[in-house]
Amino acid sequence: MLTEIQKQLLKEIADLHKVPEGAYNIRANGAAAGRNSTANIEISSKTDKPGIDIRIKPGTKNESVHIPVVLSESGLKEIVYNDFFVGDDCDVVIVAGCGISNCGDQDSAHDGVHCFYIGKNAKVKYVEKHYGEGTGRGKRIMNPRTEVNLGEGSSMEMEMVQIKGVDDTKRDTVAKLEKGARLVVHERLLTHGDQKAESGYTVELNGENSSADVVSRSVAKEQSYQIYRSRIVGNALSNGHTECDAIIMDKARVVAIPELEANDLDSALVHEAAIGKIAGDQIIKLMTLGLTEAEAEEQIINGFLR
Amino acid sequence: MLELKNLCFGVESEDSTKEIIRDVSFTVPDEKFVVITGPNGGGKSTLARLIMGIEKPSAGRIYLNGEDITELGITERAKLGISFALQQPVRFKGIHVVDLLRLASGNQKLSVSDACEYLSAVGLCARDYINREVNASLSGGEMKRIEIATVLARGTTLSVFDEPEAGIDLWSFQSLIQVFENMQKRSHASILIISHQERILEIADSIILIADGQVRGQGSKEEMLPELMKSTVPVTCNRILEGGVKNAD
Ligand SMILES: Nc1ncnc2c1ncn2[C@@H]1O[C@H](COP(=O)(O)OP(=O)(O)OP(=O)(O)O)[C@@H](O)[C@H]1O
Ligand SMILES: [Mg+2]
Repeated sequence: MLTEIQKQLLKEIADLHKVPEGAYNIRANGAAAGRNSTANIEISSKTDKPGIDIRIKPGTKNESVHIPVVLSESGLKEIVYNDFFVGDDCDVVIVAGCGISNCGDQDSAHDGVHCFYIGKNAKVKYVEKHYGEGTGRGKRIMNPRTEVNLGEGSSMEMEMVQIKGVDDTKRDTVAKLEKGARLVVHERLLTHGDQKAESGYTVELNGENSSADVVSRSVAKEQSYQIYRSRIVGNALSNGHTECDAIIMDKARVVAIPELEANDLDSALVHEAAIGKIAGDQIIKLMTLGLTEAEAEEQIINGFLR
Repeated sequence: MLELKNLCFGVESEDSTKEIIRDVSFTVPDEKFVVITGPNGGGKSTLARLIMGIEKPSAGRIYLNGEDITELGITERAKLGISFALQQPVRFKGIHVVDLLRLASGNQKLSVSDACEYLSAVGLCARDYINREVNASLSGGEMKRIEIATVLARGTTLSVFDEPEAGIDLWSFQSLIQVFENMQKRSHASILIISHQERILEIADSIILIADGQVRGQGSKEEMLPELMKSTVPVTCNRILEGGVKNAD
């Protein structure tokens, strides 16, 4: 079944030490490596293209779905389509994530296209971790595309994490919110070496009293490059907030492009962005506690990305 | 024991050099409680930064327990046993109070209950604060107390506090003084406090008056206090304030 490398990847992206409880689908090197449906959560393969459908019965509470993907073969490239149908009044946790270990010289890529249809008054927590490792010259590439449709009164909290290891990533997230729906996004990103990460959010606040809070914290080290785009569109009485907080180090570059569009007199939209190096007084303070400059930097970054 | 010998420090501005510290010499003996006071802008914080190694003097030497530390960096001085509570504590996103105390104590495994003791010592209800982020959500006085707690957690032989009482409510003052007195009881611990507060001056073993970057007076509190009461504005102000509070209770 799973190799040691694949198990290690699983641990990194999903904190999984063994087969998860509840519903799960593990995809390894382009093939199914394990699946479990439960009474309330049904996972089935798509027939027309690669990927799975996840159907969660209305009213399902306190259950989780894990759908990790691991790639340990150099040169593998795949596009996978996953659709999530979350019934009304659910309260569930969905853990996705992708780990690539590339020790070869060919590029490995996983492009996941995730589509969420979230029913009325449902609550979803979504965690997506990206991780890459390996010593080969081949790149580790991930281009996730996420589409979220939030029904009336529903809410979704998305935690998007990519700490090191992924060479090239272009993330696109689009969300549409109906009446009273709420979206919270916490993105955490660290790039180093020659890595390039592009992340874009488009949130449409279509329903009355819908709200969104999209927050990105990132660190760019060495020669890496990041672009953060966030576009919030207020089409009704609504509240939108987006924030980009980035630390640059060495020769790294970060671009933050905010875009707010208010099409309704009662939509209130706010954008905040700050890019800069680590504050000198923070480093000095930790050095007075006996840390070296490098140790101080590490502590500051670890905290910042927590 | 800390010794400053003929310390000078200046900052360059356009075409001239502004002398901020001018030929300052003094000693903080073991197990002594020394207070530096003096008018705003006199150079007190700059002296503390020179002692910690945050600034380098243009002339003069600094000795810690006989060893010349003038050329040492901040980290090395910290490891040799100097700790420093800043006049304006630094805030960090994502770093929790307990993390800071662990770093300060040098023990990553410092238990939460041990960490709590340091907070309780500075009058913070430990449970409420231990997992708070040291970010902009903490009030000024809370930050000052946490700053003092990190110095307690370090437990070094020399502790330097820059206006520790600033922002701390007068009702907590007595317990703050207790903190310093307890620290001093540790063997060989010496304390250097920069303060404008009469009640802190009153517990000093010796008082140094710094004005215009120079030592303008130095002696026991019996010698110095009457002088200071006569002349300095900040101390007089504090007396008035305190009188007000006493009347209130
Ligand atoms: N980097 C600098 N550049 C220019 N001037 C400086 C610099 N650092 C300090 N100074 C000046 O040096 C003087 C001493 O500053 P310092 O902060 O040491 O005063 P202080 O005695 O601690 O005052 P306070 O009681 O207000 O805290 C001040 O006039 C200050 O403006
Ligand atoms: Mg000062």
